[in-house]
Amino acid sequence: MRSTGSYAHQRCVACAQNISNQKLVQGILDSIPSPEAACLSAEDISPSSNGPRDDDPDDLFAEATEEVSLDSPERQPILSDGPSPAITPVTPVMISPRVDVFDRSPDQDEDEEENRDTFDIQISVSDPEKVGDGMNAYMVYKVTTKTSLSIFSRDEVCVKRRFSDFLGLYSKLASKYMHMGYIVPPAPEKSIVGMTKVKVGKEDLSSVEFVEKRRSALERYLLRTVKHPALLKDPDVLQFLESSELPRAVSTQALSGAGILRMVNKAADAVNKMTIKMNESDAWFEEKQQQFENLDVQLRKLHASVESLVCHRKELSVNTASFAKSAAMLGNSEDHTALSRALSQLAEVEEKIDQLHQDQSYADFYLISELLGDYVRLITAVKGVFDQRMKAWAKWQDAQVMLQRKREAEAKLQYANKPDKLQQATDEIREWEGKVQQGERDFEQISKNIRREVGRFEKDRVKDFRVVIIKYLESLVHTQQQLIKYWEAFLPEAKAIA
Amino acid sequence: MMQEGLDDGPDFLSEEDRGPRAVNVDLQTDATLQVDISDALSERDKVKFTVHTKSTLPNFKQNEFSVVRQHEEFIWLHDSFVENEEYAGYIIPPAPPRPDFDASREKLQKLGEGEGSMTKEEFTKMKQELEAEYLAIFKKTVAMHEVFLCRVAAHPVLRKDLNFHVFLEYNQDLSVRGKNKKERLEDFFKNVVKSADGVLVAGVKDVDDFFEHEKTFLLEYHNRVKEASAKSDRKIRSHKNAADDINRIASTLYTLGTQDSTDLCKFFLKVSELFEKTRKIEARVAADEDLKLADLLKYYLRESQAAKDLLYRRGRALVDYENANKALDKARAKNKDVLQAETTQQVCCQKFEKISESAKQELIDFKTRRVAAFRKNLVELAELELKHAKGNLQLLQSCLGVLKGDT
Repeated sequence: MRSTGSYAHQRCVACAQNISNQKLVQGILDSIPSPEAACLSAEDISPSSNGPRDDDPDDLFAEATEEVSLDSPERQPILSDGPSPAITPVTPVMISPRVDVFDRSPDQDEDEEENRDTFDIQISVSDPEKVGDGMNAYMVYKVTTKTSLSIFSRDEVCVKRRFSDFLGLYSKLASKYMHMGYIVPPAPEKSIVGMTKVKVGKEDLSSVEFVEKRRSALERYLLRTVKHPALLKDPDVLQFLESSELPRAVSTQALSGAGILRMVNKAADAVNKMTIKMNESDAWFEEKQQQFENLDVQLRKLHASVESLVCHRKELSVNTASFAKSAAMLGNSEDHTALSRALSQLAEVEEKIDQLHQDQSYADFYLISELLGDYVRLITAVKGVFDQRMKAWAKWQDAQVMLQRKREAEAKLQYANKPDKLQQATDEIREWEGKVQQGERDFEQISKNIRREVGRFEKDRVKDFRVVIIKYLESLVHTQQQLIKYWEAFLPEAKAIA
Repeated sequence: MMQEGLDDGPDFLSEEDRGPRAVNVDLQTDATLQVDISDALSERDKVKFTVHTKSTLPNFKQNEFSVVRQHEEFIWLHDSFVENEEYAGYIIPPAPPRPDFDASREKLQKLGEGEGSMTKEEFTKMKQELEAEYLAIFKKTVAMHEVFLCRVAAHPVLRKDLNFHVFLEYNQDLSVRGKNKKERLEDFFKNVVKSADGVLVAGVKDVDDFFEHEKTFLLEYHNRVKEASAKSDRKIRSHKNAADDINRIASTLYTLGTQDSTDLCKFFLKVSELFEKTRKIEARVAADEDLKLADLLKYYLRESQAAKDLLYRRGRALVDYENANKALDKARAKNKDVLQAETTQQVCCQKFEKISESAKQELIDFKTRRVAAFRKNLVELAELELKHAKGNLQLLQSCLGVLKGDT
């Protein structure tokens, strides 16, 4: 059971190192609202989950769909049929005293104005704290919501959440909305390796970076979730953001975002293999599916290349630092005074350049790599939604087949002259006629939803990529400008060697 | 099997690379003897250098002539200097390193094997890259062989060496075979003995301040240069790797641009184009750093070793001289073989003094050359870095302008 109120602060991971990293990264991230969802890795069960591990995911999934009756009030999508509010991903600028190293876009203010009336919500995830000790320890994050929207009870709310809470939220949203064709942003992935290091109390750079990466991913996840007009108004989301105590998500807690997606896709695959090849009457869907397929392939490729770049740039930074030291040593042993001085200055230049490379690799990572990772996972969600539509179609078809059988059975019974069974058959026919109608309605509804969702998704995608890539190019500009500064300072020193 | 003339293919290296290629050594060109490598041919397992000489000296039959030489013949020439007692008091210009295309050839082979797994554009691009790399290595090895010859030609004594003249003029194969296993083994042992000896000799404190200082200086300097050289190589390799990644990113962005159904398609195409260009600049930055910094350090690693060798020879001569003195004293005391001892002692004395005299000048010249070379290269390095950074900046800013304007 989770204790209420204060948490025992055993160790505050927000050491100076972390804060400075966080500041740097916050600066980079200020215009990125996109939450991270995990890569579809195998590690989706973390030892930190206290609830019982569910050993039969298929059952759980089946259970979830069965529970969802489209007529139950709480499942009613709160959805306007009009155009969705203009939600720009040029975000909610965080009102925070964070050092903004890379923020150079002047048009942020304009966008803020534009949004003030229509979409005013700012969410930040901050102040990671370690609670507990050893293998039972976990990280707690502060979630701050600032908004003027009326559905929220207060202008500003602060709550504390742990990672499994986010996963719980996602699993609830996915089970509620995915079968209706809504693209529910996936939550970040669990990481056994990363978390273990943090638990064990290793406060080295890699675990600090891990916590920062996760914090940033959780923030993007929430921002993406609330950007969705239906999800924003969902009671689970509201509860997550506002209520000081959150009931521990029990059975779904052990599953990660990827786990859920996998289940969804597996079920869909089963459906596909099972029966009918869907007669696609709507070319739009076929075309879109193909496009997303292609996009998926290319984004994964790009992601891999960017990850490689991040790695090599880090290497470059390390090697440059190492060279700088050796140049300084060389300068020390050089017995010609002017040359010795020039070599020392070269060493200084190289040292500054190594820092530059390191900063650039952070930008590479947090701007581009994480965005790509997010989108790879989002596209999996999109594909899942298309599969849901196929499932709906199959269900509809099955109902039609069933109806046909019932009709045939009734016809047979009419000849056999068994009045009680005949009544039952007639009732069943009526029941299945209803199901067929419902099936058709569901299918049309999900198709309509998907069209709208995909439209919204694409708009967001365009904006996201544009904003991020421009920010990234600006970071590259900054690097070159610094390089010019350093070498211009060095040149006269080199010329002064006499 | 690649056959390439010297100036074939794209000009991968900067323009500064052409002309007098004495990149790492500051030499005065002297009309009486000018040597350069005018052409080179890369065959499967060897490189053929065309050594071109212009001279007004009377010992040559013509004023201008060319011969074809291979790497082993350069080594033979170098070794003949080292083994010549007359030259013990000079810094022998370091031998050029063996042309090594193995790594490059391996990469080209791997590329050929992996041809099926990549698109045609990617394959062509990578092939061009590797060919450019091959060409760069080729140009470098030519430059290093040329520097060796120029150094010899510039040296007041070595330029008169008979073997050198034969090397330059004799237009047939010098029949210099590479060392066989036995000889290489002998060399190996010689080096072991030499380093053990070197330690002993280094231990002998020199009366002369100048040489004492030089010994301490060179020992430390040589090690530091070695360190810096290795580190700069690693740094440049990382740089190249990063440039390769940007290359792949540019390709994928291009594909995305052609496939995307939204407005992003133009965006991706523009950014892909940008990265193609910046990637080329990054590659040139790495190449220029290699040329101006890494090669400089490698060269002075070899030269400082040659200077250390000189000090060793002088130290050896000093030890011999001191031993001869002791022997003479003993002989005089015993009054036996005095004349012989006196002759030996005189020979040792003369040898030592001759070496000392020329060594001093050599070491002073070494410092002058070193300072000049570092100055030249550091200035050029800074200028090139600036040029490339400015080029990069301009590309980035103009692209940003277009992209922002489109929104």
